[in-house]
Amino acid sequence: PPAGPALVLPPGAVPVMNCRAEVLEVSVEGRQVEEAMLAVLHTVLLHRSTGKFHYKKEGTYSIGTVGTQDVDCDFIDFAYVRVSSEELDRALRKAVGEFKDALRSSGSDGMGQISLEFYQKKKSRWPFSDECIPWELWTIKVNVVNLANEQERQICREKVGEKLCEKIINIVEVMNRHEYLPKMPTQSEVDNVFDTSLKDVQPYLYKISYQITDSLGTSVTTTMRRLIKDTLAL
Amino acid sequence: AMDTDLSSQDRKDLDKFIKFFALKTVQVIVQARLGEKICTRSSSSPTGSDWFNLAIKDIPEVTHEAKKALAGQLPAVGRSMCVEISLKTSEGDSMELEIWCLEMNEKCDKEIKVSYTVYNRLSLLLKSLLAITRVTPAYRLSRKQGHEYVILYRIYFGEVQLSGLGEGFQTVRVGTVGTPVGTITLSCAYRINLAFMSTRQFERTPPIMGIIIDHFVDRPYPSSSPMHPCNYRAGEDSGAVYPSVEDSQEVCTTSFSTSPPSQCVFTVTKAHFQTPSPVVTDTLKVPVMGLAFSHQLSSSRLSYQPAALGVGSADMGYPVLFAGGLNAAHPHQLIGPGKEGGVPPVPSQPAHGTQADQERMCTPLDGVHYSAATPSSSEDTETVSNSSEGKCGSPHDLLETIFIRKVGAFVNKPINQVTMANLDIPFAMFAPKNVELEDNDPMVNPPDSPETESPLQGSLHSEGSSGSSTGNTHDDFVMIDFKPAFSKDDILPMDLGTFYREFQNPPQLSSLSIDIGAQSMAEDLDSLPEKLAVHEKNVKEFDAFVETLQ
Repeated sequence: PPAGPALVLPPGAVPVMNCRAEVLEVSVEGRQVEEAMLAVLHTVLLHRSTGKFHYKKEGTYSIGTVGTQDVDCDFIDFAYVRVSSEELDRALRKAVGEFKDALRSSGSDGMGQISLEFYQKKKSRWPFSDECIPWELWTIKVNVVNLANEQERQICREKVGEKLCEKIINIVEVMNRHEYLPKMPTQSEVDNVFDTSLKDVQPYLYKISYQITDSLGTSVTTTMRRLIKDTLAL
Repeated sequence: AMDTDLSSQDRKDLDKFIKFFALKTVQVIVQARLGEKICTRSSSSPTGSDWFNLAIKDIPEVTHEAKKALAGQLPAVGRSMCVEISLKTSEGDSMELEIWCLEMNEKCDKEIKVSYTVYNRLSLLLKSLLAITRVTPAYRLSRKQGHEYVILYRIYFGEVQLSGLGEGFQTVRVGTVGTPVGTITLSCAYRINLAFMSTRQFERTPPIMGIIIDHFVDRPYPSSSPMHPCNYRAGEDSGAVYPSVEDSQEVCTTSFSTSPPSQCVFTVTKAHFQTPSPVVTDTLKVPVMGLAFSHQLSSSRLSYQPAALGVGSADMGYPVLFAGGLNAAHPHQLIGPGKEGGVPPVPSQPAHGTQADQERMCTPLDGVHYSAATPSSSEDTETVSNSSEGKCGSPHDLLETIFIRKVGAFVNKPINQVTMANLDIPFAMFAPKNVELEDNDPMVNPPDSPETESPLQGSLHSEGSSGSSTGNTHDDFVMIDFKPAFSKDDILPMDLGTFYREFQNPPQLSSLSIDIGAQSMAEDLDSLPEKLAVHEKNVKEFDAFVETLQ
């Protein structure tokens, strides 16, 4: 006898994988944008990076070692841990720098969001191009505030520091749910799951994009896709 | 838990994983409280010795203590491994800050693959631990340790004891990993208010005054180099174990920016205590020294303001030594290898187990020596016996201290002295500066949150001013304002409230004082018609001049 309701799909339908989405919001002063974004992005990538895989015969592999280091913020009373990889740090700084510049030059109220998306590549047969299927999406909504005097700035340093502590705790909570993670790939599939271009660590495939919101709440800047991949490919 | 489904190899692996996970957990926590930035390298080729694919150093002393506490057992239901982090001041008072708990519950996940999934999830959990250890309040305190206080750790195994954390402690969960024999959980309970507990919760150990005072007397203040690290010497017997830091470990130093020192010395607010009957003379000396100590501290901080460096302990390379061999019940002082900005890395230590040639790890500081405490050292036995006597400790006598306000230019008459009462209160350096005003400052405390009246406000107002709704229990409490480590000068805070209060009654400008002022005013008035006449005569010139400006 049947155990329970079965999922019946119409012919040709393909089940779409759900992409887990998390949203964080921060209000920061202009000069804090970069450090706040780096803190969040690095914390996520710390959890989403492994050591380099070394495949051996018979389909087994060994994993390299991930080092970590403390980073102190200059404009926020805050410190965070990141993966010890200069390449990764450079890539994130580049993306965050562009986001910050876009925020500044947009002339809007200083609202925008930066997204970190983890995806898997699915090879398609010719003539179709490979699909990118996201499986986790982190969005950080940023609201830039302007402060009038040094006293307010000092308080902002502390408050933003406390807020970021909360965000780190939130991120760790999500990570701890042990929800979907791509299956560990075979050697031929590893580039569909991981970014193997860095020399010392191996994050899951990711891309960073951002949007600036104008005062009407609509996004005016086109997203930048594959920013990091292109940078690393050079 | 039934583990008949688990193969014996899997069971062995699982036990090994849990054991090494526990040891690595302790390393991460203790290293995060050393007061230094931690930095390890990634390595693409697996070395085979990096558990959970993470580069986490093993400080031998810490591993030794952890193994001792575990005594061959693993965390199980009702048997948790706890790492207690506490703070100890230079005057000997200590306070528990955090308890990190590695626990096991009965919820089993039979389906999970030990060698693969459990291992990777344990790795993820260690990463979460790395992140979380930086966001609890004790992290910033530990980065600032060295002068007024040090951070200690203690490992115990058994039942979790949270009573030392004070009221209202908070808990943060680091994460959980299900295994076929139970679910591992890792969490941290931490004190949120540094409000002072009653004296019976202190351990009054002999103050380490000599060392601290010597620091400030002997320490040189070259304008461009950081302070020298402390020296410590090997203990009397070979029981002392020292941290071995591999050459490859990069220790990152920080530089902080501080605001320039302002003119007022910090103030200490008065608080009421229910004090036990005073103990005799030698303890009465303590407050005086404590006062001298704190004054020296502020003056030394003031003079030590080189442009590029701040007052955090990390950039001064303040070392955190490891005290070897203390028994499990007593907190361990966390001290690590000293370094300064330009000093070459610590010489590599001999292989584990050879202690005969343990040389000094730091450059000597004139006349200052730390002794690593060992079970046989006299300091230790003193400590143990003192703590076993009553903890009534020392009296909290009121002492006068004098704060001299510097006089600005053009001031009519100098303000002589503002006398305030000071107390020998433990954790005096944490005492807030005019938190009352800060509480009234809408920028700090928005007015529309009446429910969140913290014990902070209650105890401050215990002097009799209005606002306290928390009753007499808070008379025992002293407000300690927690200032973050690397944001600003903690000795001379100048928040709006303090600034306002300090400068709300500036001395009169001499030109505004009555006699002189009246005279010149009269003269001015008399000369006005004359001046007006002159100006009228030259009005054309003035107009031409204005034209040129437009």
